Amino acid sequence: MLVSLYRYNPEADNAPFMQDVEVELPKGKDLMVLDVLNLLKEKDVTLSYRRSCREGVCGSDGMNMNGKNGLACITPVSQVIKKDKLVLRPLPGLPVIRDLVVDMSLFYKQYEKVMPYLVNDQPAPAIERLQTPEDREKLDGLYECILCACCSSACPSFWWNPDKFIGPAGLLQAYRFLADSRDTAQAERLAELDDPFSVFRCRGIMNCVSVCPKGLNPTRAIGHIRNLLLQRAT
Amino acid sequence: MGNVSSVTNLGRSGVADWLMQRVSAYVLALYTVVLFVFIIANPGMSYDTWAGLFGQTWMRIVTLMALLSIGAHAWVGLWTVTTDYMKSALPRFLVQAACGLTMFVYVVWGIQILWGF
Repeated sequence: MLVSLYRYNPEADNAPFMQDVEVELPKGKDLMVLDVLNLLKEKDVTLSYRRSCREGVCGSDGMNMNGKNGLACITPVSQVIKKDKLVLRPLPGLPVIRDLVVDMSLFYKQYEKVMPYLVNDQPAPAIERLQTPEDREKLDGLYECILCACCSSACPSFWWNPDKFIGPAGLLQAYRFLADSRDTAQAERLAELDDPFSVFRCRGIMNCVSVCPKGLNPTRAIGHIRNLLLQRAT
Repeated sequence: MGNVSSVTNLGRSGVADWLMQRVSAYVLALYTVVLFVFIIANPGMSYDTWAGLFGQTWMRIVTLMALLSIGAHAWVGLWTVTTDYMKSALPRFLVQAACGLTMFVYVVWGIQILWGF
């Protein structure tokens, strides 16, 4: 199999380039893309990429595989390979630090904007803040996000305005706290989202839904936020 | 935390722009259907039939509503396009001003056509 790798070392290279490497895949096995990268790194230790848990929980190895974002550790080669070729690039739209490692600062900055923590102005109870099973159910499909940035870096609105549009990952978390029955800051949260960029740059093309490795639906969450903003404004 | 401010968009808030774009889209869709049905229902239409339709006050009001909807709809849309693709402030503002001027001219010109003949 031919692997085409995006290589860039700002200390040595003038510009990024694609490096073609032939990889012999073991017979009778379907490797994950991360396993292929590990094989490549055995031959060339300068190849850089992030990885940690290797089971789709930590969200470190988000990358662009044959044109689609995903986690290398849970993506079987057979699922992405095209004409015996695998093209690996860093997540699009984010500054490249080296090879497949991107600078996630803007992504985290947008995440921070939505106050991704519970705000409650009531005195803390002795044990814990309780929630009915029904209220807890509202958080399903929202809390599971691992912040791998596959969705936001697949979103053209985030590419054009990464400093102003919060992006699908941040907005999914914004709704996760808007929907939480224990949170008392809904009005403040909505007030921070009611500008033409933060939420409304979403044009509903659903790239985020198509790439999310956890099967989450940020577009639906954004629709819920828009409804809350409409209810508040009309 | 920080709200993103903007003074060149139509409604000053995201939700206002969004709502205006949706409502104007419905008005334009409905207007298109009305015109289309009228044309289908009057095969081989003469100038007098067409002028007669636009001579009635209700049609002039509905047409003015459609004109204003085009203006608002295009403003929100083109403002979004310019803020997506034009990163330099002065050229962006000039293009936005040109779009605004064009829409204003179309609306005034439309009023003249509707009530001027």
